Amino acid sequence: MNEIVPVVEMTDIAIGFPGVKALDGVNFRLFQGEVHALMGENGAGKSTLIKALTGVYTIDSGTITVLGEHKQFSTPAASQAAGISTVYQEVNLCPNLTVEENVLLGREPRRRGSIDWKGVRSRTREVLAELHLNHVDPGSLLSSHSIAVQQLIAIARSVEINAKVLILDEPTSSLDADEVNQLFRVIRDLRDRGVAILFVSHFLEQVYEISDRMTVLRNGKLVGEYLTRDLSRMGLISKMIGKEMEALAELDQAPARTRARTGSEVTPFVEARGLGRKGSVSNVDLSIYPGEVVGLAGLLGAGRTEIARLFFGADKADEGSIRVKGVSQRIRSPRAAIDKRIGFCSEDRKEEGLIGDLSVRDNLMLAMQASKGWARRIPRRVQDELVAEYIATLDIRPANPDALIRNLSGGNQQKVLLARWLITSPELLILDEPTRGIDIGAKTQIQKLVNKLATEGMSILFISSELEEVLRLSDRVAVIKDREMVAEIKNDDVSVEDVMTVIAGGTQ
Amino acid sequence: MKSLMKNRLAWPVIALAALLLLNQIFRPDFLSLRMQDGHLYGSIIDIMRNGAPTILIALGMTLVIATRGIDLSVGAVVAIAGAASCAYIAASPEPASPVTAAMAVLIAVLAGLLLGVWNGFLVSTVGVQPIIATLVLMTAGRGIAQLITGGQIVSVSNDHYKSIGAGYLFTLPVSILITAAVFVLAAVLTRRTALGILIEAVGINPVASRLAGLRSRNIIWIVYVFSAVCAAIAGLMISSNVTAADANNAGLYIEMDAILAVVIGGTSLAGGRYTLAGTVIGAFIIQTLTTTVYTLGIPPEVTLVFKALVVITVCLLQAPKARNLLRSLKAAPKPGTKEKVAI
Ligand SMILES: Nc1ncnc2c1ncn2[C@@H]1O[C@H](COP(=O)(O)OP(=O)(O)OP(=O)(O)O)[C@@H](O)[C@H]1O
Ligand SMILES: [Mg+2]
Repeated sequence: MNEIVPVVEMTDIAIGFPGVKALDGVNFRLFQGEVHALMGENGAGKSTLIKALTGVYTIDSGTITVLGEHKQFSTPAASQAAGISTVYQEVNLCPNLTVEENVLLGREPRRRGSIDWKGVRSRTREVLAELHLNHVDPGSLLSSHSIAVQQLIAIARSVEINAKVLILDEPTSSLDADEVNQLFRVIRDLRDRGVAILFVSHFLEQVYEISDRMTVLRNGKLVGEYLTRDLSRMGLISKMIGKEMEALAELDQAPARTRARTGSEVTPFVEARGLGRKGSVSNVDLSIYPGEVVGLAGLLGAGRTEIARLFFGADKADEGSIRVKGVSQRIRSPRAAIDKRIGFCSEDRKEEGLIGDLSVRDNLMLAMQASKGWARRIPRRVQDELVAEYIATLDIRPANPDALIRNLSGGNQQKVLLARWLITSPELLILDEPTRGIDIGAKTQIQKLVNKLATEGMSILFISSELEEVLRLSDRVAVIKDREMVAEIKNDDVSVEDVMTVIAGGTQ
Repeated sequence: MKSLMKNRLAWPVIALAALLLLNQIFRPDFLSLRMQDGHLYGSIIDIMRNGAPTILIALGMTLVIATRGIDLSVGAVVAIAGAASCAYIAASPEPASPVTAAMAVLIAVLAGLLLGVWNGFLVSTVGVQPIIATLVLMTAGRGIAQLITGGQIVSVSNDHYKSIGAGYLFTLPVSILITAAVFVLAAVLTRRTALGILIEAVGINPVASRLAGLRSRNIIWIVYVFSAVCAAIAGLMISSNVTAADANNAGLYIEMDAILAVVIGGTSLAGGRYTLAGTVIGAFIIQTLTTTVYTLGIPPEVTLVFKALVVITVCLLQAPKARNLLRSLKAAPKPGTKEKVAI
């Protein structure tokens, strides 16, 4: 393989931001017809390397060759024109355009000068079919789809472009098992057609399943390039975190926890009866006891996020009732929920979480400040203490409270948002995909944290596309299917397969 | 020097300095100040005094724009406030007494408050787009002002009232002092409390702000009320300066100058981060431009073109794309300072 010229070769790349050396002397090669995984912890520089290649950032030093020619793209559009198609970590499509407009934006088939809408529709259908997305209506608004489907549509756009290089920065973080398989099928198809694919993911299983080779980065420096089959998982992990095997014991799975007390003699913190909302979900009967972790399991689009939003008042319920600590309540707005000590960490980091142009400090303090009201500003000293504490606890990097949050790596942004809620010490914390985009070290850390918070008495509603994770953490699992809650399973030694059967079969 | 250039205020300050210098070259006494009868005189003072209403309104506009809004009704509020206060004075049995003047001020400010509540109601509660919501008052407001004045220009003679726009205190024009006081108040109010951060949060990402528990409705309400009250005070200054209320022409097009001042000052129309100090400098630039036009003896026909040119230049200098272009002409660009990209 090494005799052929790489499609992309990056040599001795360096990029610095004020205060951070994001990349330092990194080499990277990408060959035709391979799937190449770029590995590293949160903030290692993976996304930055990608952006250096695609012209989002200008490199400080080093050289980039594409198909043997020296290239330095000055804009993402230029790299795209050269056949490099990228799906960035945060979906970057236009939410208020339709699916077909997004897939073909700027490349619409034309007839006598004007856009041929029939052609647009049929072309979009073809591309969606290639991705097994037949159920998606090309004329529907992008924003009407879940973030996972949006991600797949972003990939559809790259397929349409017929790219020579396809870059996927954490494409699977919001997909469920089926969708991952679907995506991998597409990736293999493309690879067999000779497309060079660069793939980033924090899921080791997936990386080992799909990739042929990998490049490992650590703290902006190159650790090495390896054939996937030559590097064991443990070897890979120790290369990523830079510690030897002994230290890896730390990363062991979250320990078991004494299960929460539930039952008729204890009042649940929150209790929903027949909760629902027209056009969204219906029939949710769910109680969460103090100190209990309840997991929501279900396929993508089953309605897990919708249920979370009802509990938090992000959407208003129009059926059923909610009791908080035994008292009937109407939760009409997030603010009302927060006043009842409920917190909600959304799955959609960019649209529903980050205040991009504000600092880590301001983002972290936002929920607490909002509930205090504008007139009572939290004193700077208190802010500094809290922010420093959570930056340390969650190992947020860079550990600079004044960094703009939009400049943090994806995983670190996620940690800040988590901290935003932890800081308000809620009694019920709703976590929608809290470990998405987070590296394995931090993931275990967050799982341990969930465990610890529950042990201290917090109720937690835990949503994750990873069923293993849901089962590892939850006392009970509510199964959601077709926008209804179909079963509730007590989690004593339930296996992933058991839950899958329920999901597939309907009721117990 | 480098960190100075990175500062958002750098370009507006440079532009203002350049304009002042230009004037100084053509009129050597331009920057000089002199004391006469205990009052400070000079072109700079004139600029500040004439610019006071625009600065005031631009301060309110800054906060509105920071929440992703816009307030087109400020000119109409100027007219209504002036009309209400002058009509009150003219109709009062003691048109020259200080109590009447005080009442007139109170009435104008209350009118502003009410109009701000109306705008805030349309935007935050009814959910009308800010540009449409305030367009309603922009067009209807002049009519209201005319109704108050009965279609006439209402002249008043009350020395106390006149001092708001034309008086002096501690050697300085009262209007400058009022404006400075409002600036300090706004700066303290937004930066000492959490209001500033919350305004920016709502402007940057309203959805995320709501989910973090922000009551954006209240915040939006506050900024529209503040904007209208600023406009009302500006209306007092303008009518008091000419001791008359002109429902048709008072504050005409002042919303344009205010919006320009905000933009030149470095606050983006897209909302989010704002700078009150930048706005003040922006308003100075606009006012100085008007003066420069006279100084240079530019014929009135080309005045607007000249103004437009300067405004475009300042805005371009602030646009990330143009700055990158400039920088890449000078040297190889640095990624850290590159335009922000949506990723
Ligand atoms: N525009 C920017 N300005 C300042 N610092 C930045 C910028 N972009 C990235 N960084 C910093 O560069 C480092 C590398 O970030 P990068 O996004 O490449 O990490 P990553 O490997 O993709 O991490 P993750 O797995 O969390 O997505 C981080 O420390 C980040 O804070
Ligand atoms: Mg990344």
